[in-house]
Amino acid sequence: MSTERLFTFKNPWFGAAIGIAGAMVVLSLVAGFVILPYATTNAPFAGLWDAICSAAGVPRVTSDSPTPKPPVVTSNVVMNSQMFGAPDARSVGRGATLAMQCAICHGSNRQGQVDTPNLEGQPAAAIYKQLRDFKAGARTNVIMGPFAVKLGEQDMLDLAAYYSYLPRQPGSHPDPVAIAPQIVAPGAPMRNVPACSSCHGINDAKLGAPWLDGQSAVYIKAQLQAFATGTRRNDISEQMRNIARQMTGSEIDEAARYYASRP
Amino acid sequence: MLNSKRLVLAHFWLAFAVFGLALLLGEWQMFARSPLNPWINNSELYYRSVTAHGSAMGYVFPTLIAMGFGYAITEFALQKPLIGRRWAWTGLALVAIGAVTAMIPVSLGLASILYTFYPPMIANPFFYIGVVLVVVGSWIWVALMSINMAAWKRDNPGKPVPLAMFANVAGAYLWGWTAVGAAIEVIVLILPVALGLKATIDAGLSRVFFSWTLHAIVYFWLMPTYIAYYTIFPRAIGGRLYSDAMARIAFILFVVVAMPIGVHHLFADPQVGAGFKFIQSVFTALVALPTLVTIFTICASAELAGRLRGGKGPFGWVAALPWGNPMMLAVTFSFVMLGFGGAGGLINMSYQLDASIHNTQWITGHFHLIFAGAIVIMYFAIAYDLWPHLTGRALNSIGLMKAQLWLWFVGMIVTTFPWHYVGILGMPRRMASYDYGNPAIAPEALSVSISVFGGLLLLISAGLFFAVLIRGHRAPQSDPGIYRFSVAVHQPARVPVALNGFALWLTLMIGLTVVNYGYPIAQLLALSGNAVPAVYVGATR
Repeated sequence: MSTERLFTFKNPWFGAAIGIAGAMVVLSLVAGFVILPYATTNAPFAGLWDAICSAAGVPRVTSDSPTPKPPVVTSNVVMNSQMFGAPDARSVGRGATLAMQCAICHGSNRQGQVDTPNLEGQPAAAIYKQLRDFKAGARTNVIMGPFAVKLGEQDMLDLAAYYSYLPRQPGSHPDPVAIAPQIVAPGAPMRNVPACSSCHGINDAKLGAPWLDGQSAVYIKAQLQAFATGTRRNDISEQMRNIARQMTGSEIDEAARYYASRP
Repeated sequence: MLNSKRLVLAHFWLAFAVFGLALLLGEWQMFARSPLNPWINNSELYYRSVTAHGSAMGYVFPTLIAMGFGYAITEFALQKPLIGRRWAWTGLALVAIGAVTAMIPVSLGLASILYTFYPPMIANPFFYIGVVLVVVGSWIWVALMSINMAAWKRDNPGKPVPLAMFANVAGAYLWGWTAVGAAIEVIVLILPVALGLKATIDAGLSRVFFSWTLHAIVYFWLMPTYIAYYTIFPRAIGGRLYSDAMARIAFILFVVVAMPIGVHHLFADPQVGAGFKFIQSVFTALVALPTLVTIFTICASAELAGRLRGGKGPFGWVAALPWGNPMMLAVTFSFVMLGFGGAGGLINMSYQLDASIHNTQWITGHFHLIFAGAIVIMYFAIAYDLWPHLTGRALNSIGLMKAQLWLWFVGMIVTTFPWHYVGILGMPRRMASYDYGNPAIAPEALSVSISVFGGLLLLISAGLFFAVLIRGHRAPQSDPGIYRFSVAVHQPARVPVALNGFALWLTLMIGLTVVNYGYPIAQLLALSGNAVPAVYVGATR
């Protein structure tokens, strides 16, 4: 039987295989692309071709009305990790010059400034995003706003490069043996609060998230409260607002104190 | 006749060594997230462990078993030396090097992305390179199986390819094609991002490519098990295979419909249209067919054996079966787990039912019951059956073997049934910690604790398994005789050309892939603006 030809409809195996497979495909195509779309109530399509396109997953504009404008300015910063590769020395140098106007409030030489973040050693993406948001008005602050408005795109990249180049300063009251509270290490899964440490340091860091070790507890607490009340809203997709709203007052205190105590 | 004993033995030992280590991690994971343990404060450790466990158990262990068993089948069934033995050693070396290359970044915490990759999470490139090396090593095996069968057919024109070899090559082709999806995902989409050449990735398209691999890989894991059902079990219990043709058709059906169905893993994903989800759901239902055929044929074969042993009446043959035989026990346990796991699978593949258990612990329970249960218990049985022929020493610890199989069966049921149950209660999978003090989660605490003890039984069982094999190596030398596969009731003198090769079935397999995956992939490729920024894991600063 080695002369038996396979790829011919004279061979019953070939005919049956192609026939059954073809019939299955046709039947499931008809069912999946025509019958089932029509079986749905208030079907979101008009006509047969539209039904088929809808079942195939062709993206469509479902509404002709223009996208409503949000009542507040939201963050429009788009970042990827390649924007913040190894900065060149000129960028760091320019950033150092620009940073002279920042140093009075931000930095290890500041005097008693617990309500501002310490920027030395922060990831470049975090610095850049906040500057962009201050400039665009997505994050508002009477002192920072006027500073940021004057900055150009390259200025912000230079400042980010400079601050990320500096070594991170230890916190004012380091406690290296402090144990991470629940809200920081595993988070609160039942309330949809992920672990702080999965984005802000200790376990992992995410692009654009600031490093919280050694920040002032007053500042961290103030920002969490601002997110919770909605007075700060430059977080992408409301992620920090959703987290902060779900945190209790004591959890906010614990997280702030813990990060402030990190060396 | 087995010329490549060392080759086969090396595959099996490497496979079981990987299995043993990954099993320890698995039990630690069960303990770590159970109420028996306070929360681990660094969930990254948990995900690191899950990645190692999944990559080892999903990619390395079954691939090595399929490869080693495949080489043994080639020599036993074709009764001639393996063609390309050096290439086979090269394949093994690639798998071993790949496994180590992938595990180093995993153990350093640079690749905690689970074995399913989950872009836009991006791990250290060496993780992906390691996985690719494992796959390339297995592709050498695919090519060798194809070459060996072709050479045999050339030398034996018109003769039916022995069933074991036919099934073995079916598994090889299935794997060869199904691995293409993940290979495209890793090489074309992920690696450029991991290497820093790109910073964004189309996560939806990546997941579609992965689904191409994700379901059929299970059938690749299953192949050695089904080969053992058909070609070892009837002989081991003193019977005959009920039908050679049914066996061939079952393996052919796996080749044709196991692959273009993976989108049922994406039921909750928005990037694939509902119509394609439906088609793939239909074809997923079809893949139950070869399993039903198998259950019928193997039960019929068992009935033959029972009646040959003097069993009478409608059920008397069941009592007459050799229940003291480890192979009899293994297949029985395997079938029970396959039955429960398959029933659960029918729920997973139904669009609406899936919605109630999607991404819950039900899924984890399901694939452990099928893979770690029904499939792996047969890997043990295959090892027990082959070992005397590989070592030239008898395996005499029958009592230990039976205890091992019983423990694995009971352990797997105790592990996975509570897992299914908490899934129905809504317990999400892939989480390192659960707040069992919360009233909404408290009812799950008991079930999760029970499954930890199931895992403990599995650990003990694995210990016994190693004890049996090691005692086998220390036994005095004895001649195991000629290795035989099962003989069918009507052993075919010739078979239709369609049942003696794969040309038609591979054409159908590729054709159905184009029908079921062509449009969704083409559409995602054509759309712009799908890419999202990569999230690099393990980048502490």
